[in-house]
Amino acid sequence: MSQEATTANRSFITPFNIIASIIVLIGLFLTVRRFSGGLGAVTNLSDNNAWGIWIGFDLLTGVALAAGGYVTAAAVYIFGMKKYHSAVRPAVLTGFLGYALVVLALHYDVGRPWRLPYPFVVQQGTTSVLFEVAACVALYLTVLFLEFSPAALEWLGLKRARNLAVKFTLVLVVFGIILSTLHQSSLGALFLIAPSKLHPLWYSSFIPIYFFVSSIIAGLSMVIFESTLSYRFFSSKMDETHLKEKDDIALGFGKAAAYVIAGYIAIQIMGLGADNDWHLLGSLYGLWYLVELFGFFGVSCLLYAIGAREKNLKLIRWTAAWTVLGVIMNRFNVSLIAFNWQLPSSDRYFPSWMEIGISVFLVTLGLIAFRFIVTRMPILYEHPDYRDAHRAKGGS
Amino acid sequence: MDNIFFTLHEFLLHTENFTYLLIVATLVGIAGFWYFLTGGDED
Repeated sequence: MSQEATTANRSFITPFNIIASIIVLIGLFLTVRRFSGGLGAVTNLSDNNAWGIWIGFDLLTGVALAAGGYVTAAAVYIFGMKKYHSAVRPAVLTGFLGYALVVLALHYDVGRPWRLPYPFVVQQGTTSVLFEVAACVALYLTVLFLEFSPAALEWLGLKRARNLAVKFTLVLVVFGIILSTLHQSSLGALFLIAPSKLHPLWYSSFIPIYFFVSSIIAGLSMVIFESTLSYRFFSSKMDETHLKEKDDIALGFGKAAAYVIAGYIAIQIMGLGADNDWHLLGSLYGLWYLVELFGFFGVSCLLYAIGAREKNLKLIRWTAAWTVLGVIMNRFNVSLIAFNWQLPSSDRYFPSWMEIGISVFLVTLGLIAFRFIVTRMPILYEHPDYRDAHRAKGGS
Repeated sequence: MDNIFFTLHEFLLHTENFTYLLIVATLVGIAGFWYFLTGGDED
């Protein structure tokens, strides 16, 4: 791992830092306004549109894009694909920060955020799918924190604590996969109760399966996307193993994503057939549905397949970005665009600039935290004190 | 698809028939897709 200029020599005045600082200042102002003036002071939410972009983007999209953690951990620790081991820590970090920001965003959206622990200590409300979502997200955030902790403990030099944390890896991975399967699908299940509100092309009794499968697609693509950006901005932090394995990771994950997207498109079409919704494809919403399914997912599947077949890494990396956009589009469609589709335009929802500002603020916080952790902790490289640790246990 | 369905049974018969055909097409398609994807691995 090469050493570049020390932190002390680097100036704070960089384009990223300036833009991030402005966003953070605006975000803090909006935060004060939200919590002093209430939801109405900041949002365009209403009784008809109770869920806006804080749910549609920060929660639904955030949880889907943070799925790289459990997908990568499953590939390495359950399916034994040790050649992807160097992708685990970056994926777990992305997942941990993603879920942490999801929970932070939830504090903005609910009316009484101080009551968030209530489902665990006061009244569970087990008849609500949201109880299961809340329990799983809370537990999974804990799992991700514990999975991430060895990296932090290595950085802090706490050897015994680090060795103890590593012993729980497999248990945490298994628990994480179970929890992820539960809550990724349950976020889709939230919409089962509103068949009249969600457009029939997106509404299906299989929507929990659609959400779960698309979370795998999102996870695989985000790992490729994040590794591309990490190499672009933090290649000096990557050790030889990471630099050597990153291309195999992109190829392998791209190939896997091609299969999963093909399966996803197939089950979507089967869902159309099961509900006999073919006649709806001729409408404007139908066109939009086809843009989402074939313009984003279909094209992604094809490009991933071509990229994997011809070992074209550049194509795979661009396709990953396109796929991430496709998943974002799907979550937006389900929660905002195709939701309340029958309402007149005057009653439809569009986010206020302040809601958008808060969402951008939260994403920026995530980027700042990611940069802080990746530039200091052994995420993109193996800590010299533990370099042979996983190899000694029969790892890669 | 301009069929009019008078009973739930008729509706399910029609849609499930179609879905079964889609399942078979998917299985065949996935095999072909696998063959295409692994085409570059021969060497």
